[in-house]
Amino acid sequence: MAERKGMEVSIAIAEAASACDVDCIAAYPITPQTHVVEHLSEIVADGDLDAEFIPVESEHAAMSCCCGCAAAGARTFTATASQGLALMHEILFIAANLRLPMVMVVANRSLSGPISIWNDHSDVMTERDVGWIQVFAENGQEAVDLVIMGHRMSEDKRILLPLMVNFDGFILSHMVEPIEMPTREEVKRFLPDYEPQQRLDIDNPITMGPVGMPVVYTEAKMAAEWAVRDAYKPMVEIMGEFEKEFGRKYKPVETYRTDDSEILFVVMGGISETAMTWVDKVRDAGVKVGLVRFRMWRPLPVEDFKKAIAGVKVLGVLDRHFSPGGPGGPMAQEIKYMLYGQDHAPKIVETVVGLGGRDVNFIDFDQIFDRCKAVLGGAPVPPFELIQVRGGHYGKA
Amino acid sequence: MSDTPVNPVDGLLRMDRMPHIWCGGCGIGTSVNCFARAVAKAEIDHEHLHVVSGIGCTGRVAGYVNVDSFHTTHGRAIPFATGLSLSRPDSKVVVYSGDGDLTAIGGNHFIHAARRNIDMTVICVNNFTYGMTGGQVTPTTPYGAKASTTPYGNYEHTFNLPNLADSCGAQFVARWTVYHVRQLTRSITKALKTKGFSFIEVIAPCPTLYQRRNKLGDGVMTLQYYKDKSTIQNGADTADVGMSFQSDIIVGEFVERESLTFMEGYEKRMKEILGDGFVPYRGAK
Repeated sequence: MAERKGMEVSIAIAEAASACDVDCIAAYPITPQTHVVEHLSEIVADGDLDAEFIPVESEHAAMSCCCGCAAAGARTFTATASQGLALMHEILFIAANLRLPMVMVVANRSLSGPISIWNDHSDVMTERDVGWIQVFAENGQEAVDLVIMGHRMSEDKRILLPLMVNFDGFILSHMVEPIEMPTREEVKRFLPDYEPQQRLDIDNPITMGPVGMPVVYTEAKMAAEWAVRDAYKPMVEIMGEFEKEFGRKYKPVETYRTDDSEILFVVMGGISETAMTWVDKVRDAGVKVGLVRFRMWRPLPVEDFKKAIAGVKVLGVLDRHFSPGGPGGPMAQEIKYMLYGQDHAPKIVETVVGLGGRDVNFIDFDQIFDRCKAVLGGAPVPPFELIQVRGGHYGKA
Repeated sequence: MSDTPVNPVDGLLRMDRMPHIWCGGCGIGTSVNCFARAVAKAEIDHEHLHVVSGIGCTGRVAGYVNVDSFHTTHGRAIPFATGLSLSRPDSKVVVYSGDGDLTAIGGNHFIHAARRNIDMTVICVNNFTYGMTGGQVTPTTPYGAKASTTPYGNYEHTFNLPNLADSCGAQFVARWTVYHVRQLTRSITKALKTKGFSFIEVIAPCPTLYQRRNKLGDGVMTLQYYKDKSTIQNGADTADVGMSFQSDIIVGEFVERESLTFMEGYEKRMKEILGDGFVPYRGAK
């Protein structure tokens, strides 16, 4: 078993990508992701990783370049955030629909405007529909492990899709955490050499990315839907194999102290560490409340989620992004999709918190919990609320 | 009334936004000082001056000038400015941004605005690195210079920015270092009065990242280098003004030409085709 060492999470992610023996890294500087690729550039320059590091001229170029690398059959890695992810938008669909395996870490950061370098989930949530596998890390160790598992999942012949590992910008990216870093030899046992299903090969020429006339486009989209949905089972299998090799257990949906709870909070990403501490505090005072966290977001782990919340009366959903003028936050929307029409479905108290780096602390959890308790007591379910607004809440100012 | 003397550039600056974010020894502030003086010399009414910036350390200029300004996304200062310039032909539009913003992620816009001869002045503060994100390699980082993404020195070819602007048709092209404050002020004044696309490259130190990583000393030592190694060659062939690591720097006003601006070309063509039926656009109400 590897030793636990204090490391900046971004550096640890770079070391993890290096341990995966990636072949190509194409990236463009953007806060708060920069330390990941800077450290990789050092590892490559020092000759410790036999890879091409390509400092391209924009994120649009970075993702295009990654597609080229993956099409050539290289194990491909990149990192970005916020505006960078948005600039990659059109190529993200192409990477997914051409079934090009690669791993991208996204140091989640809010989108402009106003310009903000701080953390929320607006960058990744606006890329929900691109057809990538999407997973969320809670802490540095999980981010490292998801990068290693991510390559294995992405390259699995039953999956063959690009995979996005989300970790909260600054809150995780710049944090020094105790990390158990698997060695390259250990990773090699878990992650075999990459053998592409198909690649650009001059001896067996193929064309990638041609026009899909109406006669085939729908079928191509159906294939994309199957690809992501069917990734669930092999992903769970790979999580199991990871546990066997490294001893850390991962599930699509994580639960914390949900026993006997009538109210559960639902979160994603690093906020869950604060939430768990808050749950401990409230539980110690005798109140039955627990926590559910999505680790897997695409494919959406419907059955795992339903199982995790079975019997619960009220869900307090904490989204980190919302659709202005629309149905509220993305997590709440999708939870409603999963539960609509189901008997004894819990009531959903939707809140949007922690936008653009605003700290989410115990006072906020207490406030949301009060709302949940009111609904549990029979009060009408309020519309989604953007809380933490100075000077008054949405709809109440 | 106080007898405290007022800095002549105060009028163009948002003093409530001071202190600025730039590091000690950074050249961006010096360039802004020259710009403010040039605006005064060119007698440009602040009401009709717009400053557009991209992202990065130089991108912060838009927030510090007390005129209508636009802090855009990374690389997109020029297209924002193109829209502004074409819809307000009575105004002077200045794009103020860095080498990373203008020549990497925004490089495509740079060449096309120059080719179209859009009426704008582009001031590019070239410190050879992405300062705000921590000193990564840019298209202007000299061969062999260290950056956070090229720890053993840059191995790519670099842009010669005056030559790039010239070859795309810029009407006025100059380069100065932040040591040449008077010349820089004069050239910005000239650029502001130029009709069409004008370009000024301002060589500036980034002591925190570029100078430190390459062991080139502080801001003052860099100014000494600029002083010792710069030669003024007005009218030089821009193909000959390329720079390499700590090389001689050819500075001066290299290009002055006059051709139809985008708007003039459009009106000329439409008049040829439509004759008196053509109604020229006179700007947003």
